[in-house]
Parts: sequence; structure tokens; C-alpha cells
Amino acid sequence: MTPGSPIAAAPRVINVGLPLFVEALAGAGAAVVHVDWRPPAGGDPRLAALLARLDDAEESAGAPGEPR
Amino acid sequence: MTIGEANREALRRVQASTARLTGVALARDVVPGAGDHVVLHAGPPITWERMCGPQRGAVIGACLFEGWAKSADDAIGLAASGALGFDPCHHHRAVGPMAGIVTPSMAVFVVENAAFGTVAHATIHMGLGRVLRMGAYDESVLEKLDFMNRRLAPLLDAAIRRAGGVDLKSTSAQALGMGDEVHNRNKAATALLIRALAPHVAAAGGPDVERAFDFMTTNESFYLPLSMAAAKAALDAAASIAGSTMVTAMARNGTDVGIRVSGTGDRWFTAPAPRVRGVYFPGFGPDDANPDMGDSAITETAGLGAFAMAAAPAIVQFVGGSADLALQTTLDMYEITLGEHEAYKIPALDFRGTPVGIDVRKVVETGITPAINTGIAHKEPGVGQIGAGLTNMAMECFVQAVEYLGGGLRELGGGLRPPSETFPQQQDAPAKPALERGP
Amino acid sequence: MVAPLTTAPRVVSLGVETFSLELARLGVAVEHVAWRPPAGGDERLAALLARLDARRGDIDAANKEALGRMVEGQPVLVDCRPAREALALPDRTVLHAGPPIAWQGMCAPLRAAVLCAVRYEGWAANDDAAAALVEGGGIALAPCHHWQAAGPMTGIITRSMPVFVVENRAWGNRAHATINEGLGRVLRFGANDESVVARLRWLATEAGPLLGAALRASGGLDLRALMAQALRMGDEMHQRNVAASSLLARALMPHVARAGDRHHAVARLAEFIAGNDQFFLNVAMAAGKALADPAGGVAGSTLVTAMARNGTDFGIRVSGLGERWLTAPVSTPVGLYFPGFTAADANPDMGDSAIVETIGLGGAAMAASPAVARFVGAGGLGEALAATEEIAEISLGAHPYFHIPTLDDRGAPVGIDVRLVVETGIAPLINTGIAGHAPGTGQVGAGVVRAPLACFELALEALALGLTDGEGRV
Repeated sequence: MTPGSPIAAAPRVINVGLPLFVEALAGAGAAVVHVDWRPPAGGDPRLAALLARLDDAEESAGAPGEPR
Repeated sequence: MTIGEANREALRRVQASTARLTGVALARDVVPGAGDHVVLHAGPPITWERMCGPQRGAVIGACLFEGWAKSADDAIGLAASGALGFDPCHHHRAVGPMAGIVTPSMAVFVVENAAFGTVAHATIHMGLGRVLRMGAYDESVLEKLDFMNRRLAPLLDAAIRRAGGVDLKSTSAQALGMGDEVHNRNKAATALLIRALAPHVAAAGGPDVERAFDFMTTNESFYLPLSMAAAKAALDAAASIAGSTMVTAMARNGTDVGIRVSGTGDRWFTAPAPRVRGVYFPGFGPDDANPDMGDSAITETAGLGAFAMAAAPAIVQFVGGSADLALQTTLDMYEITLGEHEAYKIPALDFRGTPVGIDVRKVVETGITPAINTGIAHKEPGVGQIGAGLTNMAMECFVQAVEYLGGGLRELGGGLRPPSETFPQQQDAPAKPALERGP
Repeated sequence: MVAPLTTAPRVVSLGVETFSLELARLGVAVEHVAWRPPAGGDERLAALLARLDARRGDIDAANKEALGRMVEGQPVLVDCRPAREALALPDRTVLHAGPPIAWQGMCAPLRAAVLCAVRYEGWAANDDAAAALVEGGGIALAPCHHWQAAGPMTGIITRSMPVFVVENRAWGNRAHATINEGLGRVLRFGANDESVVARLRWLATEAGPLLGAALRASGGLDLRALMAQALRMGDEMHQRNVAASSLLARALMPHVARAGDRHHAVARLAEFIAGNDQFFLNVAMAAGKALADPAGGVAGSTLVTAMARNGTDFGIRVSGLGERWLTAPVSTPVGLYFPGFTAADANPDMGDSAIVETIGLGGAAMAASPAVARFVGAGGLGEALAATEEIAEISLGAHPYFHIPTLDDRGAPVGIDVRLVVETGIAPLINTGIAGHAPGTGQVGAGVVRAPLACFELALEALALGLTDGEGRV
């Protein structure tokens, strides 16, 4: 596709997540780009909350090498 | 210090680590805690009762080699009576491939990380076929152990000292440019090492020179213990940085797999050892396979092995899969690591550094677990290697680590307490007296 | 999917790039296809090509035969012994790299190396006496290639120098090369002081005999397997031989240890090998010569069987033209210089080492060795891949045993076709060391050089006109 081409002619689909949709769309002849995406921590809300608490900017326990 | 800063420091230490092979010595003389009736093994802590077949076989072989038992039955009795002190190699500045057994009369390579003052040890690689690390313990194994540890070791020590040591970091870096990932493929590194040591082995002289050359030149994995020890010395330098979520060890004992994380000190997060998918030697199949085993995943922890697989496309012939698998494995590992290695570069990725510094948060967040290239041992002791393949660390280990780190921050209001029963690494680590550790 | 073409013009431009640049400037989507008329539009050459095209069937069959002989060879390193024994090289004879050249035409490093060799053999006491002897016709000068041998850089071989012996077990022929001297002040770069002579004496009296004994005891080392392996390990076996040298050391050491009755001699040899990443280069050259020679002399074949330089001329040999040389003035390599040196210090290209490119390695296999692409200043992985792809355009086939991992294990391009070189204007690419032009300076850098197109044009002419003897000039 060149930059000047119209998008009007045929549907083009970007699919995020389940590859099942891609297969169905491709089967129907639609141009489709699959983006592999999964929710963080597999969608587990408890782990997601723990991860949120372990953000890079969070204070850690102490200085490196400090006896604990 | 924030978690981000802690991780940057941990990664910096791994990157800035050096690795120099300085000699070969008996474990009893250099490995802290290696003494009478002490048996160091691969992976996280385990009791004799829970040990898998090949690891038990290797323990039997070690008892026979040490003269602690006269027969296999004697050795089993000894182990079952609680007279042996079992402890992970990882607690003693050591790493062992597969069963990973280290006892005091075994010779170990000494690898020094001068940048941070750490040191790590690993036994001499025994080659293929019937070998101790796969749980074999017959006469041929004992004869080979005798040669390696009593004849080859002093010769190698003299040669290494005469050479003024060998720079393993640069050897590994060069080997990566030659198709090795220095875990399952060590062909280039071994050839480079032999070429570098040959003049000094020859000059050391004596009656064992010819067999020494035969031994080294017929074993393409001769370099593996050095790769492992170099990785261990680098990762130990990055251990125990409060708050860091970087993995400092991944190890398996054939029953459990475990990881250690910089910010949680010496604590292990463990899960049952997974099966290995791979290619089997003729006559063997998945039913014969022991679950994953060995400390060699320390190479992956340091950004080598499966993490550097794009540098070693030939390995897919060995572990199964298409040529793309090598590239894709490395690309996936960038998703869960903190950085790219400054010394270890991959020509096929236009000299991009290997992915290094596994972040437990990224593993849990992405659902991508670290890949490991590995050999497959038969589940019965003494049969040996029956294949090779690719496996992944168990997600459960990383979930536990995140829970511990996240929970620790909440409960302690930002402070984190390591488990009190462990001791810091790279300080003297005497094994507990054997009799106190019995069942 | 069919996209409509109604909205904006889309242009495919062939040939001259100016059109596409101009269109792109105007915002028109344009796809440029590099295309040049055959033989750069030269009518005479196009006519010669057309003449050969009329015999295409015969030529293709001849090339298939010649290429088959080249790639199916089985080089085995079997021995190392003095040239007087291995080559029956007579007294007062000095072999040199490249096509034939008289003393008067030789560049300074080559002259210095000839004089050094004359002194080393004891045929003259000093350089002046040696020069007088050579000028008086007292020394026979001949190309290595005429003596079943190949020599790096100056390529000097005299009778007491030990040479590796490579036997091609598929066809029974042999080829030879000296032991690589290492870096620094060495004969192959035209150094000729006492340290050079001392090293040559050690090679002849200690290293050579030990290597010979070890190789004979080994029963021979399979070089095809070793070279295929080294290619997978990032060597292209011209500028980079670290893997091959290490594999060779690994294979040799047990036999060297057994062959040596004095362990200090073993240690000295091991040290010499350990300290020289290019130790394998000469072995690769002997293997290349052993592989290429059987492909010569196939009537009608347009396959190149040798490329060699003597610092003055570049010469090629073509299968269908037998042993004649097609020569043209040699170029100076383009590359990177060691600290303290510049292009002003460089000698024009030298050595028989381009035999390695002739069999599909070196510059042809650049894709296997992105580290070399960096070393010779030819860019990174992308440029390395492009270099090999380009050589594939002038090659008759892909090597069945030498595979390149970065190209999905495709065979290295092998079998340079004179017709394709002239038609495309793509000259073979050679990875090379750069010698200092002042004798004894040694290596001053590393780079790449192109074979002169004129050699291939001469060959094309000779092939088209059916001239198979004479001086290679029409």
C-alpha cells in the first residue's frame, strides 16, 4: 500500500487479543493484522494489584548491601 | 532507593562483573562447607527421600568415589540414615550441571569476579555417555572420576596458572560470535579454551598430557562448567540488593525448580520441576525422561543459554524446532528482562546485546516464563542422557516472588524482611553438621 | 486483495535513479528497480556475450561439470613437509603469489621477500648479493599456482620451507601452502630482517616436522567438514579464521602431544598456534587450491578457477581457458587502517588468498561473518548479507556443503561465471589484509578489494573467439 491509497475500498481490521477472530475474518477474506495482546498477569486482579504496588518508582526497603 | 534504582544497580553489577579462571583445586580446600559426608547438589534444597533417580544415582557414585561406602547398597543406607549433609551448590559458591553433585575430593574450577570480589566453583565436565551427573556410578564412571580429579586436575591447575588465568568473559563473548550460547552448545568456547591452554598443558608436561588432550578434545561441553561458574560469580555480585526484583538464580534438582531474587536474598521460590520438550536419542521417549534438572540455568539467568539462542541457530537441530525458534526465543526474552548485555552480543541481531536481568514482575505481567536449553536425563539412575530440549521455568516461582515482594512491601510499610533462616551469599557458608540434618 | 488504482499515480522506475528521486520529490509513490543494461551498455561486450549465448547449452553443460568437480572435492590435510620433498621444488627457485611477474615488475614488499628467501636459503650472504643474483637471472621465479601451491600476500615458497599438504580425495590431486607465520614482522608482508629468518628456521626445523608427524599419525583431517563447521561459527576463512584455527588446534593437539619427544617443542608449537588467529588461513588456501584445480580445463566452461594478485597485477584463470592468466593492473584495497597508518601507506593488493573467494568463501561468504564486515569497514549485518547476495548474482550455484546460518542455511555462492560478471558489471569481492608498501612494514589494515572487470572482459573475449592459448590478451 502506498501512502496515497484510499482505505475505502475494502475493510481492514486490526485484531487485538484472541487469534480466533483473526482466523474467522481471514476466512471471510478480510485483510487482518493480528496483535498478540494479553491482559497483564493473565487478567488475575490480585496479581495485577501486587504488580501495581511494585512499580519502578516505589521505594524499596533500603540501600544496597545494607544488612537486613 | 526505588525498585527501579535497585534493579538498575543489580543489572549494573551483572554487567560490570568479570570472570577469570584462576585454577583448579579440591572442593574441600576452596568450597566453603565442603567437608566429610557433605554432599552438595543442584537446584533448591531437597531431602534424600524426595530426590529423583538420577540425583540419587549421582549421590551413590559420589559416596563410592569418596570411599564413604563400599557398595551402592551401603551408600543408600548411609543416605537414608541421615548421615549425609545435603545442601544446594548454590549455598556454597558453587554450581553443578544436571545432578550437580559436589563432594570434598572432587576438583573444581575456581572462577573469580575481581570487579566485586566474588568467586564461584564448578566441577570438571565429564563428557558424554555414562557420567556421574546423569546418575551413573559403575566402574567406568569411578575410573573416570579418578582420572579427572586426581590426575587431570593438577595438570590443568598448573596449566591455568602458567597461562596467568583465562578471561572467561571475553571467551564467552567471542564464542557467542561463533555460534555458541554457552549452555547447550560450547563447541567454539571449548575449542578456544583448548587452544589457549594447550601450550601450558604441554609445558606442564608429565605422563598425563596425552590423555589430558584426548579428554579435552573429545568433549565439546568441556567449557560448560566455566560458563556456569562465570555466570554464578556475576549473579552473586548482584544478590541481596534490597527491593530489586531481578532474578539471581534459577536452578532445578529434578524434583523441584526454584528461583532466587536479588531483593529477597537467599530465599527460594519453588515449584514442581516441569517436563522438557525436546528431541530424544533413538530408543528413548518422554516416558523415560526425568523432569528438568541442574544448576546450568544460571547461564540463562546471566543472559546466555536460551536467552542468547539467536546466536546459536544450530542448536535447534539439537533441541528440536525450526530455525525461527532460535530467533524468537531470544526476542521473547527481551520482554522479561531489564537490559541488554554490554559484552555479550548477537551477530544475527546486528550485534544487539543479549537479554539480561530477568524481572519477576515482567514475567508475571507478560505471562512469558524464562526459556532454558537443557539436556534430558533418564529417570532411572545410571542410564544417562537420553535427549536434549527446551523448557521453561515454572510460572509459579515468579508468582510467589511477586506475592512475597508485594506482600512484604504492604505488611512492612516499605520494609522487606528476608527469611531469617538463610545466610547471606559469599560469606562463609558452612554446611550444617550432617547428623542434625537427618530426617 | 486488489486495491483500486484510481486515486494517485504509482510508478515503478527502472534503471537510472534520477527519475525516481525526482518523482519522490514531487510526492509520487515510486518503486525504484535498479537495472543496468547488460555489460554496462558496451556494444562490443554485448556482442561477445551474445556470441556465447548462441552456445549456451554447451557452456552450461561444461559449467555444470566444472562446478561439480569444484564443490564435490574432498580436501584432507594429510602432511606437512619441506617443499623440496612435497613439491620437488629445485634449488635456486622462488615461488611467489599471483600471476607471473618479472623481477623488474615486482612491488617493493615482494622484492624484499624474494631477497629474504634467497638469504634464508643461503644462496646469497646479504641483500645486495641476493639482488645481484636475481638480476643476473640466477634465481628462477615462478607463481605458486604453477606448482600446486598457493601463498598468502607475497606468497614466497623456497625448497626448505615446510608446506602443508592437502589431498583432494575425490580427484586425487594435491595442493600446498606454507605455515602461516603470524602477525608482525613476517616474510609474507615483505619483512626481511634476522627475526624473520629465525622464525623461518624454527618453522623448518621444529614446527614443520612436528606438524608433519602429527598429521601423518592422525590419518588426515577432513577439511571440508572442518571448514563447513567454521563457516557456521562466523569465519569466512579469509579475514577471520579464529574458529577454524581453534578447531584445527583441537583436532591436532592430541597427535602433536604424542608426536613430540620433547615437551618444550610441543609447548612452543602449541603457543605459536594459540597466538595466531589466522593460523588456518594457509590451510584454507591449500584446500581452496585443491578444490579449484580439478575444475580447470573443461572445454567451453566459463567458470573462474583462480584469482590471484602479486601487488602489481591481478590475474584470473578460467576453466575453459586452461592454465593461461587473464591479467589487469591490481587495485588497492579499501578498508580500515591500524592506528598510525593511512591509505598512503597501502600497497596494491597482493596474494593468492583470493583462491578462498574462488571456492565460495571469503568475501562471497561475508553473510556468515558479520564481524568481518565490521573489521574491514563494510558495515554490519545488513551489508554483510547484501555482499553475499550480490556475489550470488555472478555465481553459478550454491555450495552443497558450505552453509550460511544467517541466510537460513543457504549454500555459499560458488562458481564465479565470467559471463555473469561482464553482464552485471559486478566484480568479485575479496576480503583482504592490507600490506604496507614500504618493505617490512607488515600489515597496516584490512579491507575489501574488487577484482578488476578487465580480467573478466579479456576472458570473455578469449572464450567468445575460441582463443585458448597465447598470453591472455586478444
